[in-house]
Amino acid sequence: MARPPFLTPREHAVVAAACDRLIPPEENSPGAAAAGAADYIDGLLGAFLVDPPRVWAGGPFSGRGGGEASFHRFLPLSPLEELAWRTRIEGSRGRPEREWNGPVVGLQERYREGLAALGDDFAGMAAEEQDRRLDGAGDFARLLYQHACEATYGAPEYGGNRDLAGWRAIDFPGDVLPRGWTDAEVRDP
Amino acid sequence: MTPDADADAVVVGSGPGGATAADVLTAAGWDVVVLEKGPNRLLELEAPYALKGDLSNDEIKLWFRWFLGPDPLLEPRTYRRTEADGDHLLVGEVNNLPSGVGGGAIHADAKMPRFREDDFRPLSRWGPMEGAALADWPVGYDELEAYYAEAEVLVGVAGEVGANPYASWRSSPFPMPPGPDMYGAVVSAAAAERLGYHPYRAPTAINTVAYDGRPACTNCGFCGGYGCPIGAKGDPLGPLRRALGTGRCHLRPRSTVTEIVLDGTGRRARGVRYLDEAGVLHEVTARHVVLAGGAFETPRLLLRNGLANSSGLVGRNLTFHFQTFVAGGFPFRLHPHRGRVVTHLHDDLLVPTEADLSAARAAGLPWIRGGVVEHGAGPGPVMEALAYPPGPVHNQLMRESVARDRLWVFTMQGEDMPQPTNRVDLDPVVRDVHGLPAGRVTYQPHGHETFASAHWAPALESVLREAGATWTDVSTSPPPDPARAGPLGVAPVSRHVMGTCRMGADPATSVVDPLGRFHDVENMVCADSSVFVTSTGYNPTLTIVALALRACRHLVGDPLPPTGPAGGLSPGAGPGSSRR
Repeated sequence: MARPPFLTPREHAVVAAACDRLIPPEENSPGAAAAGAADYIDGLLGAFLVDPPRVWAGGPFSGRGGGEASFHRFLPLSPLEELAWRTRIEGSRGRPEREWNGPVVGLQERYREGLAALGDDFAGMAAEEQDRRLDGAGDFARLLYQHACEATYGAPEYGGNRDLAGWRAIDFPGDVLPRGWTDAEVRDP
Repeated sequence: MTPDADADAVVVGSGPGGATAADVLTAAGWDVVVLEKGPNRLLELEAPYALKGDLSNDEIKLWFRWFLGPDPLLEPRTYRRTEADGDHLLVGEVNNLPSGVGGGAIHADAKMPRFREDDFRPLSRWGPMEGAALADWPVGYDELEAYYAEAEVLVGVAGEVGANPYASWRSSPFPMPPGPDMYGAVVSAAAAERLGYHPYRAPTAINTVAYDGRPACTNCGFCGGYGCPIGAKGDPLGPLRRALGTGRCHLRPRSTVTEIVLDGTGRRARGVRYLDEAGVLHEVTARHVVLAGGAFETPRLLLRNGLANSSGLVGRNLTFHFQTFVAGGFPFRLHPHRGRVVTHLHDDLLVPTEADLSAARAAGLPWIRGGVVEHGAGPGPVMEALAYPPGPVHNQLMRESVARDRLWVFTMQGEDMPQPTNRVDLDPVVRDVHGLPAGRVTYQPHGHETFASAHWAPALESVLREAGATWTDVSTSPPPDPARAGPLGVAPVSRHVMGTCRMGADPATSVVDPLGRFHDVENMVCADSSVFVTSTGYNPTLTIVALALRACRHLVGDPLPPTGPAGGLSPGAGPGSSRR
């Protein structure tokens, strides 16, 4: 779990259960929850609870393809970048400096409202009931799916793709720099 | 430097055009200030100008979190098809060519074809097209060839002479040999050849050997859309490093130019004013101003200033490439994550056959041209996942990877007719974070583009089926019917943006002169794709660099001597077989 967390334990459980309906666990696929989708989303919603914020992982290499690992060292944001990402995540909250084009509803508010609509009891519901509630969740379900996909198949430093489970399930090798691929590996079947 | 100015030149923008300008001007001994409105992800600004190390093979950062900008909250853009749509149809991310040190070049997979002779004379070669502001360019291939050759050395282009039978003559070989063919391209190029097309290894500004102090590409696969973490892409890292190395190039990221300041005559620029990240206004005075913000930001700046627009053409004749995506699904895996995304092209659809022309005439068009066809890989796994529905089918589709590991895509960069009504102007309502009016795109394709796309897409599907595809799918950007737009959305996604300050000899019908100098402002030059008269059907970057070299070499009084076809390498032998 991302530290410190933004989601309450109950919200975390609802996110995990909902993401698991979108990318379900199966024999050869971990499912979004086991891949760490709730931690990924918590990391984004609580990006500014740590410094530097969990917005952009570092570079150039993860260490998985050789070289020194640096993805885990998140990049500091400039003042304008912080303004953009705080506005995107926290919303404009009536602050004039965030409302140059009018009010912005932040991701935190969208999640708080979306999760409340799914219900505190969501994680304990039968799958059919969970699907019924997600079908009625509209834009929030689409947002959850996007984040579940990012979590499951993105770089693990963001809190998802735990133990590379998302990449292993689809036989995707992930980032390979600096080692890369040989010319024969590029060219041959 | 003259004592009454801060610099000999101030360059607005640090992409392919601005970086090239900085290189040429500093090499001539000029003192240059480069103002870049975006952040610096690329290189340290102190010797030895090492890579910053911030770029990485990270799909989340590069594709979902606007790491290369522009952030659509800070710098929204707007889009509408026609004035009938009202102020705008959408606000936010419109043609988000990266904004930052290195500009649009950073993200590209660096395909660098030259244009051909005919591309510079569309009106005289093909004739007028109703509704299109077609014109011949005031510069031809023969004059530009020397600059193309210099550009290829400057950014380091890998390629092979003679491979493309349609290529124009050239005075020198490519500075590097081509890199390894991607397996998918081996399959699709062989099929294209069997059907009478002429695929060739794409001229690409990615090192295939160590070059210019930068390493060879290691085929990591995170290429188009990503910056190169190891510095194997030469544009514009090469020219920027060389300019900085003179000690005469002062590059200032996060510096947003708000105003071009004129002197008392009203016909000469005295310098520019810009905002730093804290919102503090600065002024730089200079003997010359070079605009290189790209064909979206350059007209936006000029229109905000009400400047250089006696022709009324600033922002008009905006062109993209009308992109046709023909995807094929294969029963076997293509490992598209290994290699440089696109390794092969074919030019056949830029040279219409008599049958193509007959079909065009039957549709009421005088002629059609398509565009270069890229043989390329599909998306990364996050983007792939989003193409599938959630729920029980998700896992199976991901494991079978019908939309990534078993997908191969032809992208036709269709020539886009210049139309005065297609334009960049200022949105009446939406503002950027500095309070400046957002740029607005008004664009809809000409009937030429939509017909050419529909005409050639089936032929490209046939090639993919010949290659072994069991299904094919065609989409375009923008979509034919906005009401049924797919995941690419309503606005053009092409990052190729051109034509908003077209060049010409007559100040009544053009914004800059044949050397890129603004007709209305004597000491101001444009060094980006705004000056393009037509879009052609080729990736624009090498031509941006070549035109910037030419404009700035003339500025410092050091133009290249002309080359000539007589002394050059033989062009391609011409297509030897006809298409089925």
